[in-house]
Amino acid sequence: MGRYIARRLLYAVPVLLATTFLIHAMVFVLPGDPIQGLAGDRPVPAAVLAELHRRYHLDDPLVVQYAKYLGGLLTGDLGRTFTGEPVADTLAGRWQVTLRLGLTAWFLETVLGVALGVWAALRKGRWADNAVLAGTTLVIAVPVYIVGYLAQLLFGVKLGWFPVAGAEDGWPTAYLLPGLVLASFGVAYVARLTRASLLENLRADYVRTAGAKGLPRWRVVVRHTLRNSLIPVVTFLGIELGSLMAGAVVTEYVFNLPGVGQQVFQAIQLREGPTVVGITTALVLVYCLANLVVDVLYGLLDPRIRHDQ
Amino acid sequence: MLTARAGRLPAALLALALLAVAGSAAAGCVRRSDEDPGPVPDVPGGTFTVALTEPDHLTPGRTTSSYSLQVLEGLFDTPLALDPADGHAVPLAAESISTDDQRVWTLHFRPGARFHNGEPVTAASYADAWNAAAYGPNGWEANGYFSQIDGYAALNPADGAKPPTDRLSGLEVVDDSTLKVTLGAPFSQFPMLLAFPAFAPLPKAAFADPAGYDLHPVGNGPFAMDGDWRHQQRIDLRRAGGYTGPRPATADGVHFRIFTSKDTAFTELRAGHVDFMASVPPSRAYEAKRTFGKRYSVRPSGTMDYLGLPLWDTRYAKPELRQAISMAIDRRGITRAIFNEVFAPADSLVAGMIPGHRAGACGETCEYRPERAKELFDRAGGFTGTLELYFANSDPTYEQWMTAVANELKQNLGIRAIAFRKMSGADLGPILNGHKATGPYRQNWVVDYPSVQNYLAGLLGPNNRSGWSDPAFDRALALGNAAPTAAESEEHYHEAESIALRALPLIPLWNWQDQTAWSSRIGNVLVDPYVAGLHLEKVTVRH
Repeated sequence: MGRYIARRLLYAVPVLLATTFLIHAMVFVLPGDPIQGLAGDRPVPAAVLAELHRRYHLDDPLVVQYAKYLGGLLTGDLGRTFTGEPVADTLAGRWQVTLRLGLTAWFLETVLGVALGVWAALRKGRWADNAVLAGTTLVIAVPVYIVGYLAQLLFGVKLGWFPVAGAEDGWPTAYLLPGLVLASFGVAYVARLTRASLLENLRADYVRTAGAKGLPRWRVVVRHTLRNSLIPVVTFLGIELGSLMAGAVVTEYVFNLPGVGQQVFQAIQLREGPTVVGITTALVLVYCLANLVVDVLYGLLDPRIRHDQ
Repeated sequence: MLTARAGRLPAALLALALLAVAGSAAAGCVRRSDEDPGPVPDVPGGTFTVALTEPDHLTPGRTTSSYSLQVLEGLFDTPLALDPADGHAVPLAAESISTDDQRVWTLHFRPGARFHNGEPVTAASYADAWNAAAYGPNGWEANGYFSQIDGYAALNPADGAKPPTDRLSGLEVVDDSTLKVTLGAPFSQFPMLLAFPAFAPLPKAAFADPAGYDLHPVGNGPFAMDGDWRHQQRIDLRRAGGYTGPRPATADGVHFRIFTSKDTAFTELRAGHVDFMASVPPSRAYEAKRTFGKRYSVRPSGTMDYLGLPLWDTRYAKPELRQAISMAIDRRGITRAIFNEVFAPADSLVAGMIPGHRAGACGETCEYRPERAKELFDRAGGFTGTLELYFANSDPTYEQWMTAVANELKQNLGIRAIAFRKMSGADLGPILNGHKATGPYRQNWVVDYPSVQNYLAGLLGPNNRSGWSDPAFDRALALGNAAPTAAESEEHYHEAESIALRALPLIPLWNWQDQTAWSSRIGNVLVDPYVAGLHLEKVTVRH
């Protein structure tokens, strides 16, 4: 197992190099002049333009820019934003926000999703099952920012249960509503996945055998069926941990949470190369690690899967 | 029995999770936006919250963003201010300003003024700040505002080389309270420029640690920073203790809450967590009107939208064709359909709130006359090839109104082939500035100081985007700049505007208006359409 993990971590190095280069190329090769874009409809004095170009290495060829960026990366320098702040500093205050939001959403997704899925599967064809199916279809169909604004109006303004926006009330108060909104799509997906997988396994021979030999029904469902049925769900939840961190962009924008997603949203708008590349590098790392955790978990859920041959 | 429990287990889990979600709901009291407890008593004290978008910088010379300017209104006293009623320049940090020839100006500052850290404000504090902003290699954003002052060219070599000096030759510190400013050419509108925050004084600390200063600017205004600027979150101001100037603060403090989404900020205003919002999104105009009633106002702004025309493309060379395009556009219909009537159709090159604006200066040319447009279009010989419309992708309304314009040109003039060139601002800027556009483009102007001259010189001065020039226009502007009285200046500027409207290199479309709404907790809300925005120091708070 140790060797397997070490090998997987080594694989992450070329993945990181390739992704940072691709993102770098895509961000920097775009035509146009980000400094001019910042100034809007006003011309920028030539001397100011020259200075800002020099400061952000905008005139260097792509390979030189990338080399300078990698050099900086090795010494812990992620570059500077267009307002002159080091990217590393801006990230330092932000990743906790995104992590809190992502984990809150992930937790809600796991608990609510699996619970709803099991409930629907055990009541197949009855109103509870139909309600879950209809509800999840609706949630999957509605874009997340609409869910977000509606939730703000309902729970923040009308009912006053949660703060409308901002992270100032701290965890958990400030994170529950955005967490729920961010999780909404995943909850629906996990619930449907759990339901389908559980239903399939409930028809299996070994379940009938377990029931026939007199095991209590809850034991049959929880120990025998659910454990097997959770393998596709765990796969989804593992990858979802990475996507939640990355997918927080819209939620952080709507709920005004000062996290990484909000930053990347603004950086893309302003074409701030270093910020975009720095954040994506971090996200690629999270993705690699999440995938590794999922693969290790498979072995625990299903003893037939072995990593060291 | 076990079976029964198993059946309820997931339901119990679900209930638990829901309880966990609902249980931690904030129990604090919520102020509702739609209650009206009567007028706010006029007593000092209390704090209020203003919704803001993240500023770029808080060092005066490093920003031209209106979000920064709103914060700087509280932190700094500029030499002069603009009268909220009509925009003429009035003394603020300076006691007086005088000139004999509109070129050499003498400023006398109020004695005894101090920065929030106790350092005295002297004429040198102003000179240092202006030199730093005008020095090209510093890369400060407000650099262009200093271009009228003698010696600016030496600090900003066109080739980006290192300047031989870092001081403007046109600034002379006569004594601690007197500053003599020499301009490159006579410029009668100079006092208005001095109300722009970039002309505020800077203490020594600003140069010792520029990065730290940008997070915690020390100014000379009625409010001081209360803690550092927390990026993307908040900026807190408290009443400045040692303030001796003419506009002391009424409230104890101001909290700026920074939002990425204006819709979210508006929802917070409705929930009663924010007290003031300067720019409610136009899409929520009707909701704001309904919810806030008397505490909602539409105020004129100096921002204009135009359709610029590429005069270097021979297809657009005839004035008749440009007039035909202008008369084929239904300005009122578009402002109603897309901007919920918040924007006003333009009838001049300058915004309606500018002193010297002439209603109907554009005449018939800016009215919707489809038949007359077709007539002019045919007389000009029609149009060949594809008409391309250039605009940035930074706001979805740009595409909406460009689509409306395209449909009207199709319908009223019969131009069949129309294409959109939609791109990021970073790409569009160089194309327009380099005269590479081959079709009409969206041109926007945010006014710097309320003068007709600002629009004319900014949009149609040398090397302008449309490639238009007329010696008679330049002459009229120069005469206006050198005229000894405001009335005489205005006369020359009007002449220049008329010349530009006859040639029509820029088609005026509409004038932006800002929707402001505020909570019943605050009173004495004075929002001015010029640089100051909300007059923070005047606001009273129910507390």
